[in-house]
Amino acid sequence: MAIESEVVVVGGGLAGAFSALAAAREGADVRLVSYKQSTLAQASGLVDVLGYAPGGDGPVVDPYDAIPDLPEDHPYATVGVDGVRAGMALFDEVAGRYRGDHTDRNAMLPTHGGTVKPTARYPSGAAAGVASDERDALLVGFDALVDFDAPHAADHLRNAGVPFDVRGVSITFPGDLNADAKVTRYAKLLDADAEVPVGGSTRTARAALAATVEPHLDGAERVGFPAVLGDDDPAAVRASLESALGVPVFEVPMGPPSLPGLRLEDDLYAALDEAGVSMETGNPVVDYEDEERVTRVVVDRNGAKIPFAADQFVLATGGLVGKGIDSDREGVREPIFDCHVPHADDRYEWFDHEAFGDHSFARFGVPTDETLRPLDAGGDVEFENLRAAGSVLGGADFAAEKSGSGVSIATGRAAGVSAAEAAR
Amino acid sequence: MASTPHIAVVGGGSTGTGVARDLAMRGFDVTLVEQGNLTHGTTGRMHGLLHSGGRYAVSDQASATECIEENRVLRDIASHCVELTGGLFVKRPEDSEEYFQEKLAGCEACGIPAEVVSGAEARAMEPHLATDVEKAISVPDGAVDPFRLVVANAASAVEHGARVETHSKVTDLLVEDGEVVGLEVDHSSGPGVRVHGTEGGRETIRADHVVNATGAWAGRIGDMAGLDIEVRPSKGVMTIMNVRQVDTVINRCRPKGDADIVVPHETTAILGTTDEEVSDPEDYPEEQWEVDMMIETLSELIPMLEEARTIRSFWGVRPLYEPPDVGSEDPTDITRDFFLLDHDERDGLPGMTSIVGGKFTTYRMMAEDIADHVCDRFGVDADCRTADVPLPGSEDFTVLRDYMDEFGLQSPIGRRSVERLGSRAEEVLDVDGPNPTICGCEAVTRAEVQDAIESSGSDLNAVRIRTRASMGNCQGGFCAHRLAGELQDSYDEPTVRAAWDELLQERWKGQRHALWGQQLSQAMLNYALHATTQNRDRDPADSAEAVDFAAFDDGSGADTGTGPATDAGVATDGGRDGD
Repeated sequence: MAIESEVVVVGGGLAGAFSALAAAREGADVRLVSYKQSTLAQASGLVDVLGYAPGGDGPVVDPYDAIPDLPEDHPYATVGVDGVRAGMALFDEVAGRYRGDHTDRNAMLPTHGGTVKPTARYPSGAAAGVASDERDALLVGFDALVDFDAPHAADHLRNAGVPFDVRGVSITFPGDLNADAKVTRYAKLLDADAEVPVGGSTRTARAALAATVEPHLDGAERVGFPAVLGDDDPAAVRASLESALGVPVFEVPMGPPSLPGLRLEDDLYAALDEAGVSMETGNPVVDYEDEERVTRVVVDRNGAKIPFAADQFVLATGGLVGKGIDSDREGVREPIFDCHVPHADDRYEWFDHEAFGDHSFARFGVPTDETLRPLDAGGDVEFENLRAAGSVLGGADFAAEKSGSGVSIATGRAAGVSAAEAAR
Repeated sequence: MASTPHIAVVGGGSTGTGVARDLAMRGFDVTLVEQGNLTHGTTGRMHGLLHSGGRYAVSDQASATECIEENRVLRDIASHCVELTGGLFVKRPEDSEEYFQEKLAGCEACGIPAEVVSGAEARAMEPHLATDVEKAISVPDGAVDPFRLVVANAASAVEHGARVETHSKVTDLLVEDGEVVGLEVDHSSGPGVRVHGTEGGRETIRADHVVNATGAWAGRIGDMAGLDIEVRPSKGVMTIMNVRQVDTVINRCRPKGDADIVVPHETTAILGTTDEEVSDPEDYPEEQWEVDMMIETLSELIPMLEEARTIRSFWGVRPLYEPPDVGSEDPTDITRDFFLLDHDERDGLPGMTSIVGGKFTTYRMMAEDIADHVCDRFGVDADCRTADVPLPGSEDFTVLRDYMDEFGLQSPIGRRSVERLGSRAEEVLDVDGPNPTICGCEAVTRAEVQDAIESSGSDLNAVRIRTRASMGNCQGGFCAHRLAGELQDSYDEPTVRAAWDELLQERWKGQRHALWGQQLSQAMLNYALHATTQNRDRDPADSAEAVDFAAFDDGSGADTGTGPATDAGVATDGGRDGD
């Protein structure tokens, strides 16, 4: 006898989490089945809605103004402006450590490569870094942490035209860390505020760090660090540094492994727990059974095939990065339900010749009807009770648009609500 | 002669740098110019095979004999560029037994140590060989890093007083009174190391003799003085796998044909190749069928290749040459031998000599021939020493093991650094301050990158060929911005940004031919990191239009609605922050 739920969500990233959360809040009995760690650790932790319109020039100030003009196969066109607003409202409810919900406007945030990018929500730890804030900034990098070169980032920000003075300095992080120490090593040292050796005696890590930075302040009104300021308790780490330095402190979001991304994942999983979602993590869905409707999905647990039955299913397995979309030399496919993925037969038409050109592969994914049900090549619904959400959807180049998080949240919520309604 | 003759060498590949080194060691005054980076032409686009001569043992025994001689020389003078992998010529059931026997006899005739091994023995050496491989001939093939070898030759030339100018294109030959007397050169960023954004300039380089070592480009240089140099460029594809499916060079034992070799190279394996004549060495089609053929045909030898991940493909052009009266139709029939063209004797134009044809493994011997010829011409009595004096990096290999411990580099980072640097390890790795890893795929540390920056200016592709940074699985996805950061101490930000963009573009070029399966996933991840996380695709710093920062959220109004949300440290959280 299979484990029974009303709604089974396949995939544990942003889209899966918001599907499961939305369905559970509608009163459905929900199970979330996920394989690997979500791709949140690879994301910066900024939550974008729409930073650039396809074909548009500069950054979008108000995403909600731009969404109605998107092409009709864009996932935002499917859920509409109201769907995006509803998704972001749910995000704001569960992501208490985020800022930006006081306005529809995007904020410009510094990136670890030194330019700025538009985003809709940012972690509270990054808030003092917004680039439209005119206070002068000092960026501090650590000489062994190669993902953030503060002097380079400061020069780059200046050339990006930010409305404040910015300087960068590279210091040695106190505590004799290995040259290849991971970001979590820095974070844990600051969380624990452990004693570190400083010039023959010892000091606590946060005080030692502040003391190293202090001589470089030179009138700076805020100080930015790479996003390593604490894993378990970043607010306390920030507070200690702010109190010692006398100015606000912020984190500059970085690439993988991203602590802000991991912190968001923690908060989402806490919200899922609270909403009563059952979790099945660590094993892949490898198959499904159907009689016109999907009746169950099959999880491979160390060779044992475990079925999960439900009335409604949500596919939120991610795009090419998360392996929700797979390909070989012959073609592109959705590997679990074999949903139709439109693509050119000639794989040399999948990409553009410029590194940042208009890549078809970036828009690979399943097309859906207005309730997010995947469509086959003939335009008919693949399965009456299967919905799709997040990067597995086609039609959006989230990297160029800066829309990945928003698409996952908005379509995740919409698919979850709609699945819960159908399950009634 | 009253003063030291000045020789201008055109071409910064294996032959040109080899000639520059040899002439400089024999006391000549040498200037080498190269239109791109060192190895820009054919040398940087080969499969990395150090020939035992086995491949030519039936069809071209003179070349085969030269290969085994030079194979032994390079193991000695360039040990830090060579990996002694060994090679196998494997026979499948459908391959000719007669040819197998000819190959064996040919190896013996050319002095190439060769031994027959059974199919089972071959599979014991290389477990991924097809189960129906019947038998094989074992030969001393090897793998060689052409980038490292050329950089070492150039470094040695410089040590002996030569001047080496990269990114310096010859625009004309100076001919006076019926004699070549020098070059007109266009420096893309001024003389010295390349720096993006530096204004270039023209330079007239007068020389007592010009050596045209431009390989497939030799005809273009000849044209400048009205000379016909009938180079027949022939393209070949090479497909790079993300891991080494084999640790031995695997050749198909049959008469020469396409897709018949796999060379293990550093962390990768390189599949090759095709042989198709092209009219222009810089402009020819790079086609899907060529990549597909590599995978499908070589899967007959190593079945796992069918499903394996490739990280990129690239094409090179062989500088084939045959005297005009031979008239081969098929480029595979053109000899791999080299020709020294004395334009005085051949065309009545003194002052220049061209070297064409030949192959990478015998580059040093070609250089020796040219240098002998130049010595003859100037009546200089100096012996060639390039077969005996090790290249920089290969001088003393006994100390290597100690270096790894000494520099505190974690194995395998230390092992790989020291393998690349050879006897230069101490000089490069002994730095003050932390030495973190910049490129995780290829285990390249900051010290090695900084050493490369010193000799290659702001050119990150030149850093790449010196260090292998960004040449692994992720193809620069995780390290391109780190490499850019490493330029920060020496160059201003717009220069760094230009170098960074150029690296991203160069890495993309080869990956286009590997975009399916895992590498397409990798490409999407890289695109997301560079575009989503770093916003490098829409970087406001690159845009003519200024961002209206005042139109965006400045943080004020968040939470309490009083001033920037972030004024007050802990209060930033407004008491509701869960962390």
